[in-house]
Amino acid sequence: MLEGLGHTVEFRSAQACCGQMHYNAGYQTHALPLMEHFVLVFAGAETICIPSSSCVAMIRDHYPKMASRAGNPELGRQVADLLPRVFEFSELLVDKLGITDVGAFYPHAVTLHPSCHSLRSLCVGDKPVRLLQKVRGLRLVELPDSEQCCGFGGMFAIKNADVSAAMLSEKLECILNTQAEVVTALDNSCLMHIEGGLSRRRAGIKCVHIAEILAGTEPVSQA
Amino acid sequence: MSVRVGHAAEAEDFPMAAKKLLQNRQLRDNLRHATDVIRGKRAKVVNELPDWEELRSAAHEVKEHVLRYLGSYLEQFEQKCKQAGGQVHWARDASEANGIIAGIIKRHGESEVIKVKTMTSDEMSLNDALQAAGITPYETDLADLIIQLGEDAPSHIVVPALHRNRSEVRQIFQEKMHLKDLGDRPEDLTAAAREYLREKFLRVKIGISGANFAIAESGSVVVVESEGNGRMCVSLPRVLITIVGIEKILPRFEDLEIFLQLLPRSATGERMNPYNSIWAGPSGTDGPQEFHVVLLDNGRTNVMADPESSETLDCIRCGACLNACPVYRQTGGHAYGSVYAGPIGAILTPQLQALEHSQSLPYASSLCGACYEVCPVKINIPDILIHLRGEIVKRGDAPLNERIAMKAVGFALSNGRRLSTAQKLARIVQRPFEHDGNLQDLPSMLAGWTTFRDLAAVPKTSFREWWAERGKGTGT
Repeated sequence: MLEGLGHTVEFRSAQACCGQMHYNAGYQTHALPLMEHFVLVFAGAETICIPSSSCVAMIRDHYPKMASRAGNPELGRQVADLLPRVFEFSELLVDKLGITDVGAFYPHAVTLHPSCHSLRSLCVGDKPVRLLQKVRGLRLVELPDSEQCCGFGGMFAIKNADVSAAMLSEKLECILNTQAEVVTALDNSCLMHIEGGLSRRRAGIKCVHIAEILAGTEPVSQA
Repeated sequence: MSVRVGHAAEAEDFPMAAKKLLQNRQLRDNLRHATDVIRGKRAKVVNELPDWEELRSAAHEVKEHVLRYLGSYLEQFEQKCKQAGGQVHWARDASEANGIIAGIIKRHGESEVIKVKTMTSDEMSLNDALQAAGITPYETDLADLIIQLGEDAPSHIVVPALHRNRSEVRQIFQEKMHLKDLGDRPEDLTAAAREYLREKFLRVKIGISGANFAIAESGSVVVVESEGNGRMCVSLPRVLITIVGIEKILPRFEDLEIFLQLLPRSATGERMNPYNSIWAGPSGTDGPQEFHVVLLDNGRTNVMADPESSETLDCIRCGACLNACPVYRQTGGHAYGSVYAGPIGAILTPQLQALEHSQSLPYASSLCGACYEVCPVKINIPDILIHLRGEIVKRGDAPLNERIAMKAVGFALSNGRRLSTAQKLARIVQRPFEHDGNLQDLPSMLAGWTTFRDLAAVPKTSFREWWAERGKGTGT
């Protein structure tokens, strides 16, 4: 899709993880080398597109603090240099490139789960909605109680599995009520969680990252 | 000194307590209904204020300023309160405070007290201590009365009986007030409570209150409430004892302008509390003739010592974070094993106890950020939860399997080559658990996931493999 818009896309294969899981679980010392690796890999990149709002939130909200706690001013400078070039996928399209119609075709009823980090940390607002509204063939169905967390929360889903599952049930009820064929989000982590629940219920609803929808050029086969 | 926060030190871990409470369908229905109602009311009155964000920032600044100069403000409060005829007592912990209060009551030869809602007294387990000293406390806040008569524990900071519905309240009143024919209309229940409480208000000679704010420049104390029972408690008895957590100080009277806008809107979705009681010492022949303030530390100075998390003490106990929290919404307050439930309880309770107890609480959150979004004093609860998890890991108190797993995963994620190798390994290891592209019945920690959900198997071709084949990866 990005190439279709005339951009050169590079995937640096040395990249691995932003460190969010370790950081949020309390393993901040383990997260630090992951962050240092991230900063090193993406040094010099013109624009960094991250199709995951929780990773972007990690970088924006926590990298500067981590660098300063590590007592490493050079790392702090590298982070400060990196931050203005980091864009979540919908931010890249709407804010940086000024596009809402990417020419996509996706003939399905789709509901959007606005992930917690995209809402409350990145404050993306209606950017994903504006992108989806321009997709030909797509019928956007409103998700009730959309701003409620799906219950993933990284390690939370494992350490507090029962509560996480109860939160997921409430989210699934809302999704099933929309009668949508597809659930989308800016975050694959939430989608993995929601998909795990839908799959266990044999609900027949697919979870698809927004990038896949915006890259849609012909009808996809039904799951 | 030994800090106790109610019975939190003996409470079951959050995941175990939550698991049991999740089985209670009635409780979960009550919770969903109640939190939905309060959330809706709050949103409506908050959206009316164009300067809400400025108010939040101002409140945060005032509270942070108070923490920085707390020592001098407390001394100023003591001096002004004494000038107004009050008596000020300093208590290092709950048992000291309980001893001071029981001593005052005994000195007056009394054996009963009436209480206006005070979470701090629950933190201190004051009622237990008074009963052990032969003194009977009567709760007069309607919700606290329901809790006391039901021999229950509060489940919410502002609405302690939020987990009870009307018919449960009726049952408790029927039994404990001996009212066989009591109806379950709100009017019936209120009338029963009124009759029960009026007699106590008129008879009992000592009142105990908490405080929402204590003003340093005037030595005055502020209690806001919705029922008027608090007003009765602080004006009818001959002797009044007010418990104030040391973080409740505001420098100036005019600071109330900020907080009296934020608190009711955040707490109950009201523009203003129906009853705002503000007093400084006894006055003439009207109202209490003797006024005591007990300033309580009970671990608050522990919390102040850590600059990463001390803003926890900015809390004005509005309960908005509980109502917004998707975890609280499922489990209710009892799962937290503390008088302070929900997101604020998850950071406050362990810190008061210097992280020696309640270590499961900082993990009782998906870090969704809804608490921070509604907090009227802008406490960054998600960041503090993460910080406390870090402190627990630093102490070596995290489970061994988790520590090993995090180390292994950290290694696998440390660069692209190792991640590729890990993906290839996972494709082999996952085989016994794979059914139709999904992983089920995973062992150890991962069972927490697969008990309730499927997990998509690592696909045959990863993104990086697909990209490399596409022949465009430039790599570094």
